[in-house]
Amino acid sequence: MELLSGGDMLVRALQDEGVDLIFGYPGGSALHIYDAIFRQKSIKHILVRHEQGATHMADGYARATGKVGVVLVTSGPGATNAITGIATAYMDSIPMVVISGQVPTEKIGEDAFQETDMVGCSRPIVKHSFLVKSAEEIPEIVKKAFYIASTGRPGPVVIDVPKDVTNPADRFPYRYPDKLRMRSYTPAGKGHSGQIRKAVAQLLSAKRPVIYAGGGVVQGGGAELLTELARRLNFPVTNTLMGLGAFPGSDKRFLGMLGMHGTFEANTAMHHADVILAVGARFDDRVTNTPGKFCPGAKIIHVDVDPASISKTIVADIPIVGTVQSVLSEMLEILKSSDEQPDQSAIVDWWRQIDDWRERHGLYTAPRYRTDGALIMPQEVIRAVYEITEGNAFVASDVGQHQMFTAQYYLFDKPRRWINSGGLGTMGFGLPAALGVKIAHPDEEVICVTGEGSIQMCIQELSTATQYHLPVKILCLNNQALGMVKQWQEMQYEGRLSNSVYEESLPDFVKLAEAYGHLGMKIERREELYDKLREAFAIKDRTVFIDVYVDPSEHVYPMQVMPNGSMRDMWLSKTERT
Amino acid sequence: MRRIISVLMENEPGALSRVVGLFSQRGYNIESLTVAPTEDASLSRLTLVTIGDDHKIEQITKNLNKLIDVVKLVDLTEGAHIERELLLVKVRASGAQRDEIKRSVDIFRGQIVDVTSNMYTVQVAGTSEKLDAFLQALGEHTIMEVVRSGVSGIARGEKVLSV
Ligand SMILES: Cc1ncc(C[n+]2csc(CCOP(=O)(O)OP(=O)(O)O)c2C)c(N)n1
Ligand SMILES: [Mg+2]
Repeated sequence: MELLSGGDMLVRALQDEGVDLIFGYPGGSALHIYDAIFRQKSIKHILVRHEQGATHMADGYARATGKVGVVLVTSGPGATNAITGIATAYMDSIPMVVISGQVPTEKIGEDAFQETDMVGCSRPIVKHSFLVKSAEEIPEIVKKAFYIASTGRPGPVVIDVPKDVTNPADRFPYRYPDKLRMRSYTPAGKGHSGQIRKAVAQLLSAKRPVIYAGGGVVQGGGAELLTELARRLNFPVTNTLMGLGAFPGSDKRFLGMLGMHGTFEANTAMHHADVILAVGARFDDRVTNTPGKFCPGAKIIHVDVDPASISKTIVADIPIVGTVQSVLSEMLEILKSSDEQPDQSAIVDWWRQIDDWRERHGLYTAPRYRTDGALIMPQEVIRAVYEITEGNAFVASDVGQHQMFTAQYYLFDKPRRWINSGGLGTMGFGLPAALGVKIAHPDEEVICVTGEGSIQMCIQELSTATQYHLPVKILCLNNQALGMVKQWQEMQYEGRLSNSVYEESLPDFVKLAEAYGHLGMKIERREELYDKLREAFAIKDRTVFIDVYVDPSEHVYPMQVMPNGSMRDMWLSKTERT
Repeated sequence: MRRIISVLMENEPGALSRVVGLFSQRGYNIESLTVAPTEDASLSRLTLVTIGDDHKIEQITKNLNKLIDVVKLVDLTEGAHIERELLLVKVRASGAQRDEIKRSVDIFRGQIVDVTSNMYTVQVAGTSEKLDAFLQALGEHTIMEVVRSGVSGIARGEKVLSV
């Protein structure tokens, strides 16, 4: 058997796992590993400018491809810098393996230079973690890490590697295991057939059904099956912020997003539903509003791969634990093998009711924002970009009002194209995530929608874009404020804008982009919006920073009334309430 | 409701901290916790006592099951079971007190396991309730130091928790 050092073993194990890309940043404890990377060809390493950037890039890559994102950082500050990105991936169930260097085994616990207890620091935000004790363990640990990260409900796994374990002087026999035996980990497979039959019967008897689909459908590769099911039944579908793209946004059965900034029609339909089919969604508090007032008349069918997500906040009437793919295909088989159809006249009435809601306050039946002012409205920027890119772009978003406007107005027809930090809401996610997507899909249009606040949280990655020639579009909806914070302060704190504005301190983003070797473009006048955007999107080989000055006073609506509101209690504008 | 949850988990460093971390992260309470290796050295058995309604307990068991190190678990309180806790207590014992304490120890089927002219160390095993009762019988003023092991438990009858 071949003899390899721990460092070489680690890299070889990654190769054997099929990894061809690592996002990372070197440092003392990781140098043996970095040397092993230097001496091989098949894995490409992307040098980021901050370890947070590495985690978000790997995350964006994973979301866009379904593969495991791989990160390599050094001990101490390298590891702690990765924490925000690990937490982001954890909250959104993204498969990721983070390898962190650690001080040598005999120094652990001595407060050595650049020592932090990475396994301890990351414990609450990982699916699992390993501290490598000897080089011989490396192949099996790597195998387990990828298996755990990518199966069941996916999530990040940390492998902490003390420096002595990777010492080039110590060599051991290397063999990559082809099978794994883990008695303590069996991810859910097929759902319970009896439960699935019950669920189908419930769906067939529904008079006011809604399908509520979340990120699990995207992650679990269930988008096509879900679409087939919804079309077959002619049921309305709403997606969570994480689930956008799980059902085609341009399909007439799509009600838009639900939840805090969900559409009037989606939230109202949920409230009045008699049967809700929740798939790969977790009844997040940003979706349900007050749990006690959630959908009072609804029977709830909940399909999820994670048993702990079921009946956590909202009790399911028909819980089904299983992979989204297996459960949805079993549902479809049952439907296909019987002639039974839902109650057509009830479904027709239900659609009539929904169409009436759409007419009254729907986001897609008429513009629900000013169209006659002098200032550019953020919503119309997203609409314009949607048109120009024909709805085909990969869109990575930061966090704030711009994120919600994008979720509302860029309609995704395919899964894995909407890349955003839904669970943790991490400002700074957008740019590195977009770069990760661009690496995965070099020929696709990749946009980072951001705000002047968020972009400054990971702006250093503009330099990574230069080094690896990653021509993404950065679309900054510049409202000269931490808009989402400001909106809450205006709505709930009588307009006291505590620390949500910058007092003339914003950089000139055009010059900043140019300083990194990119193109910068500023759009301030409403008349020039479309032309300038077209001009920007015609450029394919440069990173373009498009700084669009939008109406700083605009709020995101609808917005559910909090606290104590139900799904259907919403602000529809600054003055109008349901 | 008070529940006794028995967990078989990989005898790995970090496993215990994941279990304890889960409880603090999710705001579940732990009344007591014991852990030791089993006859199979690769497994530890952990017994924890917690309090919560059915919904809370369901969440606790689901989330424990989700931990990669956890191999199997059972809520012993769901069926007939035996629970035992060990108590060691140092009590002031001089003069007439000595006989009185000895009587209490006999009633509770305890043993005096250490002695000086002024004190006894008493060992009692039983349910937590019984140990509480014993301590009450001794009276606060005689007690110098108390140590309790936390609850261990096992199901009655043929049922076993094993891999
Ligand atoms: C790292 C981080 N810090 C703070 C917040 C809280 N927060 C949410 S939205 C927001 C404002 C974002 O401002 P900007 O990026 O300009 O977006 P806008 O809302 O103006 O569109 C803040 C501060 C956050 N989500 N993430
Ligand atoms: Mg802003």
